[in-house]
Amino acid sequence: MKDLSLHIMDIIQNSVRAEASNVELEIKEDLEKDIYSISIKDDGCGMSEEVVKKVTDPFFTTRTTRKVGLGLSLLKQSAEQTGGKLEIHSKEGVGTVLEVLFSHKNIDRPVIGDIAGVMVLLVSANPNMDFVYRHCTAKGEYIFDTKEVKEVLEDVSVTDPNIMKYLKELINENLNTII
Amino acid sequence: MAKVKSLADLKRMKDALQSKMDLREKSNDPEGLVQIKVAMATCGIASGAKEVMEFLIEETAKRGIRTVVTQTGCMGYCYAEPTIEVHLPGKEPIVFGDVNIKKADEIIEKYIKNGELVDGIIPVNYKTLD
Repeated sequence: MKDLSLHIMDIIQNSVRAEASNVELEIKEDLEKDIYSISIKDDGCGMSEEVVKKVTDPFFTTRTTRKVGLGLSLLKQSAEQTGGKLEIHSKEGVGTVLEVLFSHKNIDRPVIGDIAGVMVLLVSANPNMDFVYRHCTAKGEYIFDTKEVKEVLEDVSVTDPNIMKYLKELINENLNTII
Repeated sequence: MAKVKSLADLKRMKDALQSKMDLREKSNDPEGLVQIKVAMATCGIASGAKEVMEFLIEETAKRGIRTVVTQTGCMGYCYAEPTIEVHLPGKEPIVFGDVNIKKADEIIEKYIKNGELVDGIIPVNYKTLD
Protein backbone atom coordinates (compact mmCIF):
# COMPACT_ATOMS: atom_id res chain seq x y z
CA MET A 1 0.00 0.00 0.00
CA LYS A 2 1.28 3.42 -0.96
CA ASP A 3 -0.18 5.35 1.94
CA LEU A 4 -2.27 5.10 5.10
CA SER A 5 -5.52 6.13 3.41
CA LEU A 6 -5.34 3.05 1.18
CA HIS A 7 -4.76 0.85 4.25
CA ILE A 8 -7.82 2.47 5.85
CA MET A 9 -9.91 1.88 2.75
CA ASP A 10 -8.85 -1.77 2.72
CA ILE A 11 -9.54 -2.34 6.42
CA ILE A 12 -12.95 -0.65 6.27
CA GLN A 13 -13.93 -3.14 3.54
CA ASN A 14 -13.73 -5.72 6.34
CA SER A 15 -16.35 -3.75 8.28
CA VAL A 16 -18.48 -3.61 5.13
CA ARG A 17 -18.25 -7.38 4.78
CA ALA A 18 -19.07 -7.77 8.47
CA GLU A 19 -22.36 -5.99 7.66
CA ALA A 20 -21.68 -3.04 9.93
CA SER A 21 -24.05 -0.08 9.73
CA ASN A 22 -21.81 2.37 11.58
CA VAL A 23 -18.08 2.79 11.15
CA GLU A 24 -16.03 5.27 13.17
CA LEU A 25 -12.56 6.22 12.05
CA GLU A 26 -10.38 8.30 14.32
CA ILE A 27 -6.91 9.58 13.53
CA LYS A 28 -4.93 11.25 16.30
CA GLU A 29 -1.68 13.02 15.76
CA ASP A 30 0.50 13.94 18.72
CA LEU A 31 3.94 15.16 17.80
CA GLU A 32 4.99 15.75 21.41
CA LYS A 33 4.34 12.15 22.38
CA ASP A 34 5.43 10.97 18.91
CA ILE A 35 2.12 9.22 18.28
CA TYR A 36 0.13 8.77 15.08
CA SER A 37 -2.80 6.53 15.91
CA ILE A 38 -5.62 5.21 13.79
CA SER A 39 -8.66 3.57 15.29
CA ILE A 40 -11.51 1.96 13.37
CA LYS A 41 -14.62 0.88 15.22
CA ASP A 42 -17.58 -0.92 13.68
CA ASP A 43 -20.83 -2.52 14.78
CA GLY A 44 -20.51 -5.47 12.43
CA CYS A 45 -20.83 -9.16 13.24
CA GLY A 46 -17.56 -9.30 15.21
CA MET A 47 -15.20 -12.25 15.51
CA SER A 48 -14.59 -15.05 17.98
CA GLU A 49 -11.42 -14.97 20.10
CA GLU A 50 -9.99 -17.76 18.01
CA VAL A 51 -10.42 -15.83 14.78
CA VAL A 52 -9.01 -12.63 16.32
CA LYS A 53 -5.80 -14.52 17.13
CA LYS A 54 -5.43 -15.58 13.52
CA VAL A 55 -6.50 -12.47 11.57
CA THR A 56 -3.05 -10.92 11.23
CA ASP A 57 -1.68 -14.17 9.82
CA PRO A 58 -1.21 -13.53 6.07
CA PHE A 59 -2.32 -17.09 5.33
CA PHE A 60 -5.64 -16.69 7.11
CA THR A 61 -8.75 -15.46 5.32
CA THR A 62 -12.48 -16.00 5.50
CA ARG A 63 -12.74 -15.72 1.73
CA THR A 64 -13.01 -18.68 -0.57
CA THR A 65 -11.74 -16.98 -3.73
CA ARG A 66 -8.14 -17.09 -2.53
CA LYS A 67 -5.98 -18.49 0.23
CA VAL A 68 -4.27 -15.39 1.54
CA GLY A 69 -5.53 -12.42 3.57
CA LEU A 70 -3.01 -9.63 3.46
CA GLY A 71 -4.93 -6.50 4.50
CA LEU A 72 -4.38 -6.63 8.25
CA SER A 73 -0.95 -8.24 8.06
CA LEU A 74 0.34 -5.50 5.74
CA LEU A 75 -0.98 -2.80 8.07
CA LYS A 76 0.54 -4.57 11.09
CA GLN A 77 3.90 -4.81 9.36
CA SER A 78 3.71 -1.16 8.39
CA ALA A 79 3.01 -0.12 12.01
CA GLU A 80 5.66 -2.39 13.51
CA GLN A 81 8.27 -1.03 11.12
CA THR A 82 7.94 2.32 12.88
CA GLY A 83 8.05 0.75 16.34
CA GLY A 84 4.26 0.81 16.65
CA LYS A 85 1.67 -1.92 16.99
CA LEU A 86 -1.72 -3.18 15.87
CA GLU A 87 -4.40 -4.40 18.25
CA ILE A 88 -7.82 -5.88 17.58
CA HIS A 89 -10.64 -6.23 20.08
CA SER A 90 -13.76 -7.95 18.90
CA LYS A 91 -16.92 -9.43 20.28
CA GLU A 92 -19.28 -11.59 18.29
CA GLY A 93 -22.55 -9.83 17.63
CA VAL A 94 -21.24 -6.52 18.99
CA GLY A 95 -18.48 -5.35 16.67
CA THR A 96 -14.78 -4.85 16.27
CA VAL A 97 -12.29 -2.18 17.30
CA LEU A 98 -8.98 -1.94 15.53
CA GLU A 99 -6.21 0.22 16.95
CA VAL A 100 -3.01 0.95 15.10
CA LEU A 101 -0.17 2.93 16.54
CA PHE A 102 2.63 4.49 14.50
CA SER A 103 5.60 6.54 15.55
CA HIS A 104 4.79 9.99 14.14
CA LYS A 105 8.38 10.96 13.44
CA ASN A 106 9.58 7.66 12.07
CA ILE A 107 10.70 7.89 8.45
CA ASP A 108 8.96 4.58 7.69
CA ARG A 109 5.54 5.87 8.64
CA PRO A 110 3.54 6.14 5.43
CA VAL A 111 1.90 9.50 4.70
CA ILE A 112 -1.85 9.79 5.12
CA GLY A 113 -2.48 10.23 1.38
CA ASP A 114 -5.87 11.06 -0.12
CA ILE A 115 -8.02 10.33 2.93
CA ALA A 116 -10.79 12.64 1.68
CA GLY A 117 -11.03 10.67 -1.58
CA VAL A 118 -11.09 7.40 0.34
CA MET A 119 -13.88 8.56 2.67
CA VAL A 120 -15.98 9.81 -0.23
CA LEU A 121 -15.57 6.54 -2.16
CA LEU A 122 -16.52 4.53 0.93
CA VAL A 123 -19.56 6.72 1.59
CA SER A 124 -20.78 6.59 -2.01
CA ALA A 125 -20.18 2.86 -2.38
CA ASN A 126 -22.11 2.15 0.82
CA PRO A 127 -24.89 4.74 0.88
CA ASN A 128 -26.81 2.81 3.52
CA MET A 129 -23.94 2.81 6.00
CA ASP A 130 -22.97 5.69 8.27
CA PHE A 131 -19.40 6.83 8.70
CA VAL A 132 -17.80 9.18 11.21
CA TYR A 133 -14.29 10.39 10.55
CA ARG A 134 -12.59 12.32 13.33
CA HIS A 135 -9.13 13.78 12.88
CA CYS A 136 -7.35 15.37 15.87
CA THR A 137 -4.08 17.27 15.81
CA ALA A 138 -2.49 19.86 18.10
CA LYS A 139 -4.17 22.55 15.97
CA GLY A 140 -7.67 21.24 16.40
CA GLU A 141 -10.23 18.66 15.47
CA TYR A 142 -12.38 17.96 12.44
CA ILE A 143 -15.36 15.63 12.38
CA PHE A 144 -16.98 14.40 9.17
CA ASP A 145 -20.26 12.70 9.99
CA THR A 146 -22.33 11.20 7.19
CA LYS A 147 -25.51 11.47 9.27
CA GLU A 148 -25.15 15.27 9.26
CA VAL A 149 -24.21 15.26 5.59
CA LYS A 150 -27.22 13.15 4.60
CA GLU A 151 -29.51 15.48 6.55
CA VAL A 152 -28.20 18.43 4.54
CA LEU A 153 -28.43 16.55 1.25
CA GLU A 154 -32.01 15.41 1.91
CA ASP A 155 -33.13 13.45 -1.16
CA VAL A 156 -29.97 14.01 -3.20
CA SER A 157 -27.85 10.88 -3.12
CA VAL A 158 -24.25 10.73 -1.87
CA THR A 159 -23.52 8.70 -5.01
CA ASP A 160 -24.00 11.72 -7.28
CA PRO A 161 -20.60 12.54 -8.86
CA ASN A 162 -21.01 16.28 -8.18
CA ILE A 163 -21.91 15.70 -4.54
CA MET A 164 -18.88 13.41 -4.24
CA LYS A 165 -16.68 16.20 -5.52
CA TYR A 166 -18.16 18.67 -3.01
CA LEU A 167 -17.74 16.22 -0.12
CA LYS A 168 -14.10 15.66 -0.99
CA GLU A 169 -13.58 19.41 -1.10
CA LEU A 170 -15.35 19.80 2.26
CA ILE A 171 -13.08 17.26 3.97
CA ASN A 172 -9.90 18.58 2.35
CA GLU A 173 -10.64 22.23 3.15
CA ASN A 174 -11.26 21.40 6.82
CA LEU A 175 -8.29 19.06 7.14
CA ASN A 176 -6.02 21.73 5.69
CA THR A 177 -6.80 23.97 8.63
CA ILE A 178 -5.59 21.42 11.20
CA ILE A 179 -2.85 19.40 9.49
CA MET B 1 -16.65 29.12 -7.69
CA ALA B 2 -16.25 29.29 -3.91
CA LYS B 3 -15.01 26.14 -2.26
CA VAL B 4 -17.16 23.96 -0.04
CA LYS B 5 -15.91 24.51 3.50
CA SER B 6 -18.92 23.85 5.68
CA LEU B 7 -22.23 22.01 5.72
CA ALA B 8 -23.93 25.32 4.90
CA ASP B 9 -21.79 25.59 1.74
CA LEU B 10 -22.68 22.00 0.91
CA LYS B 11 -26.39 22.79 1.23
CA ARG B 12 -26.02 25.78 -1.08
CA MET B 13 -24.24 23.66 -3.71
CA LYS B 14 -26.80 20.90 -3.34
CA ASP B 15 -29.68 23.32 -3.92
CA ALA B 16 -27.97 24.70 -7.02
CA LEU B 17 -27.39 21.15 -8.28
CA GLN B 18 -30.96 20.12 -7.55
CA SER B 19 -32.45 22.93 -9.59
CA LYS B 20 -30.35 21.80 -12.54
CA MET B 21 -31.24 18.18 -11.96
CA ASP B 22 -34.96 18.81 -12.13
CA LEU B 23 -34.55 19.93 -15.72
CA ARG B 24 -32.96 16.66 -16.68
CA GLU B 25 -34.98 13.56 -17.25
CA LYS B 26 -35.38 11.75 -13.97
CA SER B 27 -35.19 8.03 -14.38
CA ASN B 28 -34.33 5.54 -11.71
CA ASP B 29 -34.46 2.43 -13.84
CA PRO B 30 -31.32 0.47 -12.91
CA GLU B 31 -31.87 -1.89 -15.86
CA GLY B 32 -31.18 0.94 -18.27
CA LEU B 33 -27.93 1.94 -16.61
CA VAL B 34 -24.40 0.76 -17.27
CA GLN B 35 -23.24 -1.02 -14.13
CA ILE B 36 -19.56 -1.10 -13.31
CA LYS B 37 -18.12 -2.97 -10.36
CA VAL B 38 -14.56 -2.26 -9.30
CA ALA B 39 -12.81 -5.00 -7.31
CA MET B 40 -11.63 -3.27 -4.15
CA ALA B 41 -9.98 -5.83 -1.92
CA THR B 42 -6.38 -5.59 -0.72
CA CYS B 43 -5.06 -6.77 -4.09
CA GLY B 44 -7.15 -4.27 -6.04
CA ILE B 45 -6.43 -1.29 -3.79
CA ALA B 46 -2.69 -2.02 -3.78
CA SER B 47 -2.69 -2.09 -7.60
CA GLY B 48 -4.45 1.24 -7.99
CA ALA B 49 -8.18 0.43 -8.05
CA LYS B 50 -9.00 3.66 -6.18
CA GLU B 51 -7.68 5.88 -9.00
CA VAL B 52 -9.49 3.74 -11.58
CA MET B 53 -12.76 3.98 -9.67
CA GLU B 54 -12.48 7.76 -9.27
CA PHE B 55 -11.69 8.05 -12.97
CA LEU B 56 -14.69 5.93 -13.98
CA ILE B 57 -17.11 7.89 -11.77
CA GLU B 58 -15.84 11.26 -12.96
CA GLU B 59 -15.41 10.48 -16.64
CA THR B 60 -18.68 8.60 -17.23
CA ALA B 61 -20.51 11.54 -15.65
CA LYS B 62 -18.55 14.06 -17.76
CA ARG B 63 -19.17 12.08 -20.96
CA GLY B 64 -22.87 11.86 -20.21
CA ILE B 65 -23.08 8.09 -19.75
CA ARG B 66 -25.60 7.03 -17.13
CA THR B 67 -23.62 4.68 -14.94
CA VAL B 68 -23.60 3.16 -11.48
CA VAL B 69 -20.07 2.51 -10.27
CA THR B 70 -19.87 0.29 -7.20
CA GLN B 71 -17.26 -1.66 -5.29
CA THR B 72 -16.98 -5.38 -4.98
CA GLY B 73 -14.60 -7.74 -3.21
CA CYS B 74 -11.84 -9.86 -4.65
CA MET B 75 -13.01 -11.96 -7.59
CA GLY B 76 -9.99 -14.24 -7.32
CA TYR B 77 -8.10 -12.61 -10.19
CA CYS B 78 -5.45 -11.05 -7.95
CA TYR B 79 -2.83 -11.47 -10.70
CA ALA B 80 -4.79 -9.16 -12.99
CA GLU B 81 -5.78 -6.37 -10.61
CA PRO B 82 -7.24 -3.82 -10.89
CA THR B 83 -10.21 -5.69 -12.35
CA ILE B 84 -13.59 -4.24 -13.25
CA GLU B 85 -16.85 -5.86 -14.26
CA VAL B 86 -18.88 -3.98 -16.83
CA HIS B 87 -22.55 -4.83 -17.25
CA LEU B 88 -24.14 -3.15 -20.24
CA PRO B 89 -27.96 -3.21 -20.28
CA GLY B 90 -29.20 -6.40 -21.93
CA LYS B 91 -25.73 -7.97 -22.19
CA GLU B 92 -23.73 -10.47 -20.15
CA PRO B 93 -21.35 -8.85 -17.65
CA ILE B 94 -17.71 -8.79 -18.78
CA VAL B 95 -14.65 -8.71 -16.51
CA PHE B 96 -11.61 -6.73 -17.64
CA GLY B 97 -8.21 -7.20 -16.02
CA ASP B 98 -5.15 -4.94 -15.58
CA VAL B 99 -7.30 -1.83 -15.85
CA ASN B 100 -5.30 1.35 -15.45
CA ILE B 101 -6.57 4.84 -16.29
CA LYS B 102 -5.61 4.40 -19.97
CA LYS B 103 -7.40 1.08 -20.22
CA ALA B 104 -10.43 2.48 -18.38
CA ASP B 105 -10.61 5.28 -20.92
CA GLU B 106 -10.46 2.74 -23.76
CA ILE B 107 -13.21 0.65 -22.13
CA ILE B 108 -15.47 3.71 -21.84
CA GLU B 109 -14.83 4.89 -25.39
CA LYS B 110 -14.92 1.53 -27.17
CA TYR B 111 -16.89 -0.98 -25.10
CA ILE B 112 -19.35 1.14 -23.15
CA LYS B 113 -20.08 3.62 -25.94
CA ASN B 114 -19.94 1.29 -28.97
CA GLY B 115 -20.08 -2.26 -27.63
CA GLU B 116 -16.72 -2.96 -29.25
CA LEU B 117 -14.63 -5.50 -27.29
CA VAL B 118 -11.15 -4.50 -26.14
CA ASP B 119 -8.11 -6.47 -24.95
CA GLY B 120 -7.86 -7.61 -21.36
CA ILE B 121 -11.07 -9.60 -20.95
CA ILE B 122 -10.95 -12.37 -18.37
CA PRO B 123 -12.94 -15.26 -19.83
CA VAL B 124 -15.90 -16.49 -17.79
CA ASN B 125 -14.75 -20.09 -17.98
CA TYR B 126 -11.51 -19.20 -16.23
CA LYS B 127 -11.30 -20.91 -12.83
CA THR B 128 -8.81 -20.30 -10.05
CA LEU B 129 -7.02 -23.44 -8.85
CA ASP B 130 -8.25 -24.99 -5.63
